[in-house]
Amino acid sequence: MASSYETSETSETPVIVVDQLTARFGANTIFDRVSFKVNRGEILVILGGSGCGKSTLLKHMIGLYKPATGQVLINGVNINTDDESVLRRVRMDLGVLFQSGALFGSMTLAENVSLPIQEYTDLDYATIELIVRMKLGLVNLAGYENHLPSEISGGMQKRAGLARAMALDPTILFFDEPSAGLDPITSVELDNLIKSINAGMGTTMVIVTHELESIFSIAHRVIMLDKAARGIIAEGDPRELKDHSTDPRVLNFFNRRPPAGPAPRGT
Amino acid sequence: MPGHGHTIQVSGDKGKHVTFTVSGRVALDNLEFFISETQDRLREMIPASLTVDLAGVEYLDSAGALALIELASNARDRSVTFEFTNLTDKARGIMGLIDPQALITPPLITDRQTGNFVERIGEATRKVIDDYKRMLIFLGELLGALTHALLHPRAVRWQDVAFYMKRAGVDGLPIVGLISLLLGLILAFMSSLQLKQFGANIYVASLLAISIVKELGPIMTAILVAGRSGSAFAAEIGTMMVNEEVDALTTMGFSPVRFLAVPKVLATMIVVPLLTLYADFFGIMGGLIVGIVGLDLTAYTYLKETQSSLSLMDLITSLIKAGVFAVIIAGIGCQRGFEVRGGAEAVGSATTSAVVAAIFLIIVTDSAFALVFQYLHI
Repeated sequence: MASSYETSETSETPVIVVDQLTARFGANTIFDRVSFKVNRGEILVILGGSGCGKSTLLKHMIGLYKPATGQVLINGVNINTDDESVLRRVRMDLGVLFQSGALFGSMTLAENVSLPIQEYTDLDYATIELIVRMKLGLVNLAGYENHLPSEISGGMQKRAGLARAMALDPTILFFDEPSAGLDPITSVELDNLIKSINAGMGTTMVIVTHELESIFSIAHRVIMLDKAARGIIAEGDPRELKDHSTDPRVLNFFNRRPPAGPAPRGT
Repeated sequence: MPGHGHTIQVSGDKGKHVTFTVSGRVALDNLEFFISETQDRLREMIPASLTVDLAGVEYLDSAGALALIELASNARDRSVTFEFTNLTDKARGIMGLIDPQALITPPLITDRQTGNFVERIGEATRKVIDDYKRMLIFLGELLGALTHALLHPRAVRWQDVAFYMKRAGVDGLPIVGLISLLLGLILAFMSSLQLKQFGANIYVASLLAISIVKELGPIMTAILVAGRSGSAFAAEIGTMMVNEEVDALTTMGFSPVRFLAVPKVLATMIVVPLLTLYADFFGIMGGLIVGIVGLDLTAYTYLKETQSSLSLMDLITSLIKAGVFAVIIAGIGCQRGFEVRGGAEAVGSATTSAVVAAIFLIIVTDSAFALVFQYLHI
């Protein structure tokens, strides 16, 4: 894969490089020396059973957790640097949609979305208001700018969270279980929204999920983590993996088959 | 305008067909310059028709696309014939995501404050009355639950009681001791300055004994416990409300008051009188230090004077007060916790109001006690 290190503006340019990353909490190693890349404009899905470290991996990639060993490079910058000004620039390029939306409960949707814009730009009030309307329109929440997060449904909160994550037009978006807790229709709508934003803006996306339908619908490529293997056990196109993988763990996951024998303890 | 990442070349004749050739990047970081520049050029050229050539645009984000769409609608408002040329597929994709209808949709909620001045006063008054009503209802529930606990001691979660006794009592020993000692020191020192002039040094001991045991000991302890534990109870129960843990308890057939509030109230009722005794002790110690060091009294005379100025009844009433304060602190803490609806902010305001209301009620109750004891000649 030496070609993917080329700096030319092709779709094969890696924007995120995860290099020999190890996550360890005390004596408990979650995963060990994981390496992969995410290319520009790609939708990469991180999947795996519960407790395999999907969310932990995501939190390492956005710099919330410090790795035990290894590093994460975003646009060539180590996300674990201590240089605040560099971090600030990298963070402007990242948007994160958290599992529950993580909207600020005391602020209206418009205030939630405009917060990063006010912080990072010098635009006047009217322009910010216009941008906020556009972002809310993008996630089909036009007209909801004065609602509080507690006044809208869970699916709407997720979409509002997405609008806030996209406030600064980041080139990379991270999603932590976007369809968890949503009804099938809302979930499909969110998938379509993710796809249209990816197609329209060329945003690179890293999505943690275990919803099979979503995976087949949106993923360009998946990596699969396994708790026992403490690392990546499969990588590639999900449709290929479902039919042609030789690994029984991968086949079991994609075909919704519990493994034979008693369930291992602690899962 | 160089340095902002974009250039706009204007060609054509003023008042006729004009072309803006945009190149470079049009994005959120240079948006204000792009908007003001295009507005200036538009005003300056007063075109009859306008073409915006986007062939040279290297980077366009959704904010940039929004600026272009706004430019178009602005031009159309001035009855200028408008078109984009050399739109790349990518630019078309981004502009396609923007819903022009969303930009002009009015907010569904416009004004949260409804009603005129009088209506709002009425609303506020009703809120206060409602608040007291709910407090009374809770008090009733709590007393019911406490009576039940008294009749069925085995139903009380004593493990929880022990846990909260440690939290509210043992963990509070250092701060209560320190504050009482300092209070005793200051009080003795300040009063000695006055009493020295009359040679009445020895009465510092009685003054301190009476004021600490009858008033300051119980009040200071109660205020400290309200700040340390009343707030913690409100925050704990409030967060449980937000996480639907209280709903879970209810559906499992537990009474939230009996399960969550009773252990806290019982624990506080046990530890606050003990803490008050402890605070009294440290307050008198503070006075003793000043007496020995500053007033040339012996420890024996100081303590003898302290003993003769206090009666057993003083100590008992002090402990009764402490017990009542304990119920107020823990009760209000739990009640404010159960009132939480919504999220993090509601937990914060419940915590604040738990402490404020507890301190307020402590002072009011203390005044009531002073009057009652006066008439009962205690």
